[in-house]
Amino acid sequence: MIPEPYSSIINAIIYLLLAPVVGGLIAGIDRKVTARMQGRVGPPLLQPFYDVGKFFEKENLVVTTTQNFYALSYLVFMAVAGALFFSGGDMLLVIFAFTLSHIFLVLGAYASFSPYSHVGAERELIQIIAYEPMIIITAVGMYMVTRTFYVGSIVQSTTPVILYLPGVFIGYLIVLTIKLRKSPFDLSTSHHAHQEIVKGVTTDFAGPNLGRIEIAHWYEYVFLLGVVYLFFAWNPLIAVAAIIIAYFLEILIDNTTSRAKWQLTLKSAWLVAGTLGVINLGVLYYLRMVVP
Amino acid sequence: MQIVQLLLFLILFPLIAAIFLLFARKTFESGWIVKIASLGIGVVSLYLLAAGFDKGGISYAVSGWAIDLVMIIIELVIAVYLLYLGIRHRKYSAVILVLVQAALILWFEATYGHKIELSYNLFFDQLSIIMALIIGIIGSLICVYSLGYMETYHQRHPEIVDRRRMFFFMLFVFLSAMFGLVFSNNLVWILFFWEITTFCSFVLIGYSQTEEATSNAFLALSMNLLGGVAFAAALIYIATMDPSGRLLELNTLIYSGYVFAIIPAVLICFAGLTKAAQLPFSSWLTGAMVAPTPVSALLHSSTMVKAGVYIILRFAPVLMGTSEGLMIALVGGITFLLTSFMAISQSNAKRVLAYSTIGNLGLIVACAGVGTYNLMWVAILLMIFHAVAKSLLFLCVGTVENRIGSRDIEDMGGLIERMPKLAVMMFIGMAGMFLAPFGMIISKWAAIEAFTTAPFGLVFIVILAFGGSASLFFWCKWMGKILSVMRHQENVETGIRPEKWVVLYILTGLVVMVALIFPLISSTLIEPFVMQVYGETTRLAQANITIMLLMLGLLIIMPFSMLFSRKAPRIAPPYMGGMSTEGGMKYTGSMGISHDLVLSNYYLKNYFGEERLSMAGTLVCWGLILIAFIMIAGVIL
Repeated sequence: MIPEPYSSIINAIIYLLLAPVVGGLIAGIDRKVTARMQGRVGPPLLQPFYDVGKFFEKENLVVTTTQNFYALSYLVFMAVAGALFFSGGDMLLVIFAFTLSHIFLVLGAYASFSPYSHVGAERELIQIIAYEPMIIITAVGMYMVTRTFYVGSIVQSTTPVILYLPGVFIGYLIVLTIKLRKSPFDLSTSHHAHQEIVKGVTTDFAGPNLGRIEIAHWYEYVFLLGVVYLFFAWNPLIAVAAIIIAYFLEILIDNTTSRAKWQLTLKSAWLVAGTLGVINLGVLYYLRMVVP
Repeated sequence: MQIVQLLLFLILFPLIAAIFLLFARKTFESGWIVKIASLGIGVVSLYLLAAGFDKGGISYAVSGWAIDLVMIIIELVIAVYLLYLGIRHRKYSAVILVLVQAALILWFEATYGHKIELSYNLFFDQLSIIMALIIGIIGSLICVYSLGYMETYHQRHPEIVDRRRMFFFMLFVFLSAMFGLVFSNNLVWILFFWEITTFCSFVLIGYSQTEEATSNAFLALSMNLLGGVAFAAALIYIATMDPSGRLLELNTLIYSGYVFAIIPAVLICFAGLTKAAQLPFSSWLTGAMVAPTPVSALLHSSTMVKAGVYIILRFAPVLMGTSEGLMIALVGGITFLLTSFMAISQSNAKRVLAYSTIGNLGLIVACAGVGTYNLMWVAILLMIFHAVAKSLLFLCVGTVENRIGSRDIEDMGGLIERMPKLAVMMFIGMAGMFLAPFGMIISKWAAIEAFTTAPFGLVFIVILAFGGSASLFFWCKWMGKILSVMRHQENVETGIRPEKWVVLYILTGLVVMVALIFPLISSTLIEPFVMQVYGETTRLAQANITIMLLMLGLLIIMPFSMLFSRKAPRIAPPYMGGMSTEGGMKYTGSMGISHDLVLSNYYLKNYFGEERLSMAGTLVCWGLILIAFIMIAGVIL
């Protein structure tokens, strides 16, 4: 069942316009809450917007001009992935567009050949392969519960998806930790000065390009939390509460753990995907396919 | 013109060209023969598409005892020649296998062969067209490319005896045999062409006549002969059970019901596994890269391994829903998973390509082994995308190797500056292998959707999720290597012969084109074929195709964004921790000596090391194959 074309296009446009605002606010709240956890006052709520605004006023300084292309492509395809998601598109297609956008970020980091951004790029790739299986398992799990890959139909499902997919949800929280660039899995770059001064994958992005990457992150936040919504979509109130709790949990984990090595990241992400995720799907498969 | 004449033309014309090439005196002559013959093959393949896309499932009466006799004589001559070589090189396992197979074939001919008179020896449907296009277009492009490559190859390796006439002869015989294989309906004929492809690859792999090449050639020979023995055993089984020989016709056999067809199906699919280099047998394909690069391109994209998956695809309806089929599918799935892991640990470009080929074939085998209609659709799509992208990648690597003298990925740093056009082509080829919205990812996506409804599909979804992300890693870090320009380097993209460029441009165009027109390929060729075999078919949703095409369009126009930046950005040196000296990529050591900065990719050998994984894979896959054999033994008893 494919949703109405008009409403899906309108949803996509709303996402494209509002997601940066919402994402920026989330980033602002994140910084505020983090600061409180660390006993600081923290920056104003709108600080992320001030930062990005400033980035765009700066001179465009690059190592190679192709960096402009990679940063822009990262932003564009992240927006495409999110827009597809919010227009109710096919979940797998959304995931592939999402991956594509990250490939551009990695290539941009490679292109600038600083050893720091090179290591950042390799680590970003390790992060991608660490979370990618779990995110596909998430999509397949939602399919097994709701019998559709279309986000538009999953969201209308009256089944409490979370009750069928508790293992997958825990696995997805790990994806969230990796993708929100939170400790202990913020290998390739971190938002916090306490983790690093040289910023991994974004080392050699400056000015407007760094601004674009930041906006892409905002788009990403909204998309990732949108997936959390799908687990609870049968009841929007609970869903919003779940998003808030999940995000708070991520901040808490971020502030209570230190960065893991890539080995541990890869192992733990794959272990969770391979056990909790797969067992969850296996049980569902048994219940849905074999029993009736 | 009748279709059957086209089929015969495609089988015989490369053979005639091959014979001319054997007698061509000058390189100039053979150059023209190769070009004209390739053009002819390509054009006729396309004509076959135009003439036959709406006709499916027709078998043709082409027969005659003379043909059978000629085939037997050729097989025996080859067997004697292989015996001679085997004894001379002391490769006794190959000798034994040649003897066993020759004995089986002679016995078959003596007991049943002369009594059986099949009428419908040739067969034609949309899958044949797809195979013919892959062989006829990609195969002949590779032949044209070889002209320039072999010239440089011999300049670079003066120690290798120049046997180019034999080389081109074998290339065209190979094409001829492949056409024969995909058009034949008579299993005896298929086995004949099957053995010819084995022989051709044996000769081509051993081209350089070094010790390594010879031993790898014999490895390939032994493994493929093992498959050939199973194939011959299948023929004998069929003939024993049904002396009329009607079931030796492929299109009759696959509809003859589970109890009868499953035994030959498993035996022949075993042969397919050896030829498609699935896990216990993957070493012959990785070993085959000692051959000149066009041979690898040919083996990997349009011939040989494609013959292996082709035959398994043909038997997919028999395998569907059987536990034997599941075993074969698992062999494919595990091969995909492990070779995708192993490719991470490789820095040799051809080895990475080889593992990626084996992995993708594994995916095709997994789809065919489970064998439902929508997986059949996926498998054919995968085969097309893989053939196009992989041939391009091999030829790019070959060209790079010719120019910079290395096939190591670590030596390809900054290729975008040294050989910009080739680097972009490699980029497109790699994107074709793993990035949305290009080919392979479409298949991966469709495969996930198709496996959700297939029996035991969950296992394969998990395999796809993990294996797919591993393949993303090794492709992307290779892309990154090409991009990272360490210091300014000279452009060395000169002296590449024009026909090489033509071939590379065409293949690059094909990679983009198949991504654009795959809905058309699906609706005109794949869907009718699947419909005809299964009575139902599948396709991607129209909305998704539109989105994919929009994304592809976006991807194509994105690079132009660089042209429209308001003002040129200021170029700054990369960040070096504030320690760089001499304004470049150097560090000052503690003794005041400056060191060049060297960056290297991650290979994660402790996790994805080749030895351990291939050992595990070999054991598991042998186990699965044994289980399949025990199962059919149970059916016989």
